[in-house]
Amino acid sequence: MTEFEPIIGLEVHAELQTRSKMFCGCAVVDSVSATANTRVCEICTGMPGTLPVINRRAVEFAIRVALALHCEIAETSIFARKNYFYPDLPKGFQISQYELPLAVNGWMMITTNGEEKRIAIRRVHLEEDTGKLTHRQTNSLIDYNRSGVPLLEIVSEPDLRSIDEVRAYAIALRSLLRFLEVSSADMEKGVIRFEANISVRPQGAEILGTRTEIKNLNSLRAMAQAISYEIDRQSRLLANGQEVRQETLGWDEGLKVTVPQRGKEEAHDYRYFPEPDLPPLHLERSWIEEIRAKLPELARAKRQRYVDELKLNPYTADVLTNEKDIADYFEATVAAAPDLPAQQIGHWIGGPLFSLLNDAGIKIRETLISVEQLSELIGLVELGKISNSSAKAVLTEMFASGAGASQIIEAQGLEILADSAIIDGHIEKVLVEFPDQVQQYLLGKEPIFEWLFGQVMRATSGRSDPQRLRQALARQLRALDKRQPPA
Amino acid sequence: MTALIDLSLHEAAQALRAGETSARELTLACIARMEEVDGHVHAFLAQTPDLALEHADRADKMLAEARKGENESLSNLVGIPVAIKDVLTIRGVPTTCGSKILEGYRPPYTATSVQRLIDSGAVILGKTNTDEFAMGSSTENSAYGVTHNPWDLARVPGGSSGGSAAAVAARMCFAALGTDTGGSVRQPAAFCGITGLKPSYGRVSRYGLIAYGSSLDTVGIHAHSAAEMAVLYTTMAGHDELDSTSMPGAVEEIQLQDGDLRGIRVGVPKEYFIDGIQPAVEAAVREALNVLGDLGCELQEISLPHTNLALPVYYIIAPAEASANLARYDGIRFGPRKNGDDLWDTYLKTRGELFGPEVKRRIMLGTYALSSGYYDAYYAQAQKVRTLIKQDFERAFERVDLIASPVTPTTAFPIGAHEDDPLAMYLEDVFTLPANLAGVPGLAFPVGFDDSGLPIGMQITGPHLGEAILFRVTHAYQKATDWHNKEALL
Ligand SMILES: [Zn+2]
Repeated sequence: MTEFEPIIGLEVHAELQTRSKMFCGCAVVDSVSATANTRVCEICTGMPGTLPVINRRAVEFAIRVALALHCEIAETSIFARKNYFYPDLPKGFQISQYELPLAVNGWMMITTNGEEKRIAIRRVHLEEDTGKLTHRQTNSLIDYNRSGVPLLEIVSEPDLRSIDEVRAYAIALRSLLRFLEVSSADMEKGVIRFEANISVRPQGAEILGTRTEIKNLNSLRAMAQAISYEIDRQSRLLANGQEVRQETLGWDEGLKVTVPQRGKEEAHDYRYFPEPDLPPLHLERSWIEEIRAKLPELARAKRQRYVDELKLNPYTADVLTNEKDIADYFEATVAAAPDLPAQQIGHWIGGPLFSLLNDAGIKIRETLISVEQLSELIGLVELGKISNSSAKAVLTEMFASGAGASQIIEAQGLEILADSAIIDGHIEKVLVEFPDQVQQYLLGKEPIFEWLFGQVMRATSGRSDPQRLRQALARQLRALDKRQPPA
Repeated sequence: MTALIDLSLHEAAQALRAGETSARELTLACIARMEEVDGHVHAFLAQTPDLALEHADRADKMLAEARKGENESLSNLVGIPVAIKDVLTIRGVPTTCGSKILEGYRPPYTATSVQRLIDSGAVILGKTNTDEFAMGSSTENSAYGVTHNPWDLARVPGGSSGGSAAAVAARMCFAALGTDTGGSVRQPAAFCGITGLKPSYGRVSRYGLIAYGSSLDTVGIHAHSAAEMAVLYTTMAGHDELDSTSMPGAVEEIQLQDGDLRGIRVGVPKEYFIDGIQPAVEAAVREALNVLGDLGCELQEISLPHTNLALPVYYIIAPAEASANLARYDGIRFGPRKNGDDLWDTYLKTRGELFGPEVKRRIMLGTYALSSGYYDAYYAQAQKVRTLIKQDFERAFERVDLIASPVTPTTAFPIGAHEDDPLAMYLEDVFTLPANLAGVPGLAFPVGFDDSGLPIGMQITGPHLGEAILFRVTHAYQKATDWHNKEALL
């Protein structure tokens, strides 16, 4: 059977978290938790006679993204009306950009299975979001809080060739939006939404096949499933000598199939024309350069720096730069404790703390552990005041209660036993308790030493300074050996 | 003393300042006049006596303070009753645009132009009749009945701001706001024997002007004279941060010198004196040109070669913009709803039953012109020709300071005359459309009467933001003549 190669392009819509909406002064709020229709005015509800005014901050955010995507920014771009009827669109048209978008011709690097690939970005443009409809049994409810929220549309070229690349692209773009501090890029809340266009062609073929478009993909999982389903569907059609129909599809989450969006919605002629209420948007070169100069360090650059300058291992560097909040937390801890080795801080955040966050299902933003508390704990480990294993237990307790490290160590008596007399006492007890094992060791079974070491450590609840314990145990065993009569 | 309603705006302002009358008294006089004549004229769609008296009492307080010397810089608008075309919003006041689709709608905000009048102390008397969504030249397209011309009740007052023009002509108010997208302030001014200004595009905020053709719409003024209009103009003109197409920068001061117009070059476009123009109209305009010549103007014939393309270009651009602007009237958020079997059926029923025929005609025209496959041939092409028309004016204004022409080819026509012929109605605006396409200001003022005693208007057009010279020339003309003081006998 012929092998088919998928050709995939993604269109991403991301709400920009500016303070106010794209064309009016209403606040941008979380459309999931805010009370419906409390952030609306005559403009974003499309009352007759109202006019839009461009939010300069939204333009700045869009430029930030376009620059980070290496786009050419248009010194003059124009807004256009995209006409269609739907109750979530109060004016009966959406103000968007069509000809002359804000930015074109960019690219972004993605990594899949250790391989780097450059994905071309066709265009980046600004538009306004629609309201939100909730369909009920007998009617539908509309919430216009979201109506007019700035929306950035980022369109890739059809450069993606696998589900892995699609996922890598989506995650990289989400990370970019977060590092630029323009969007929470939260998929679950619909802050970032995906549409995919997909075609397949026989492996090695030059020409592109007929493509379909899947709309409203609202999670990475749904996107992967839908695209994968669509690749199979199209491949089967072509393998059977049938044709792929160019159409717009939806993803049925229940049945796990793509379904044609039939009827009026598909037959749209959007009748784009320049928005007469907004003059062309002219951008000063100097302003663009000012924004460029203030661009924050993005994930890829950070990761590189962590490895090159802070000497972190690549795995930890990855974990720390996957999420902007984690990278911020890491850098704040490094700043709070300049004397501690960054590798240790990276290890504690990327390892034990990261596991605790995952197990609890919370974000680093929500943790009770302050960067000062964390650096105190790592400092105690570095000073040998507490063992590694105790430190993990202390971290777990800090995570649960928010208490400081010293407080917990004191309360639970976890401070390392540095008193040789006490350690010696525990060793003596163990040696008396396990005479057979001692005998075996003395007869040359070296590994028994580790077993005895473990017994003493357990007897001290893991608090013994391992170095000290090791030395004391060896000393006492040597002493026994001398007392033994020769065999 | 003259009856209060017969005073000019300035005389009324003087009387108010002197304490010879009060804003309340003046307002009650206008309300009484409305009660007396509006049953015949039907200029108003909504009268707002409560709001008017509230404004009047506030004005009386301002006047009292001024008399005590606490408020020196008092506007001449304080206490002056004005009317507002029903396409401009006033918070809480019914606003219909002459359409059933907005019946019962009360906007939650006030248009910037109206708000500036209110802030300056004006008294708002009510909302005036209009062709539905300002689409028409006679007010016959209003869903709430035609307005009658005060000079001859069997005739139209012009349109679409026919209600405002008739209200001023019948002395129910001292001035009124209209809107002008293709001639809708100037043509009714000519038909009703009053003075009307369409400012430059961008000079007066469109915020709160319910859009018909967004790139053409302007807020205009009706009054008896240029001097009276200047009071409203200077109050409203200037940048509004709520309207991105409003011009930044200072507004040129209006100077109303008497008489001397020496050195002002007046261009007379040969394309505006066409066959089919009513002989009395041409004669009156020629005579007015002579008066301007006597006042010192230098007259010269000019050419605006693309004039004949203005009408077809307008009837692509305005309907195209309207087709989008009127998409929001879907029965979902405001206005009456005609429920259907499903959402689409509801849209079809609501819009099908509540829009009038002319509105539907233009929505269809505009939708067609923007459709995929037709856009380049119609909308894009029309924009190119619009640029040529704009250039006609720019070239002309290199040689002359203003352009003079008739406002309309004829005087007011009988109600029903163009009922079955929309094209004949469209021709009403043939001399006024070009100024909207070019974005330049135009001012219409009365220059005589035809044999039936119907007023005739002349239009002068200036360069973009050149309102000042239009005021100055009109004021000089009105100092020298008496046409603007003629009263419709009602
Ligand atoms: Zn708003």
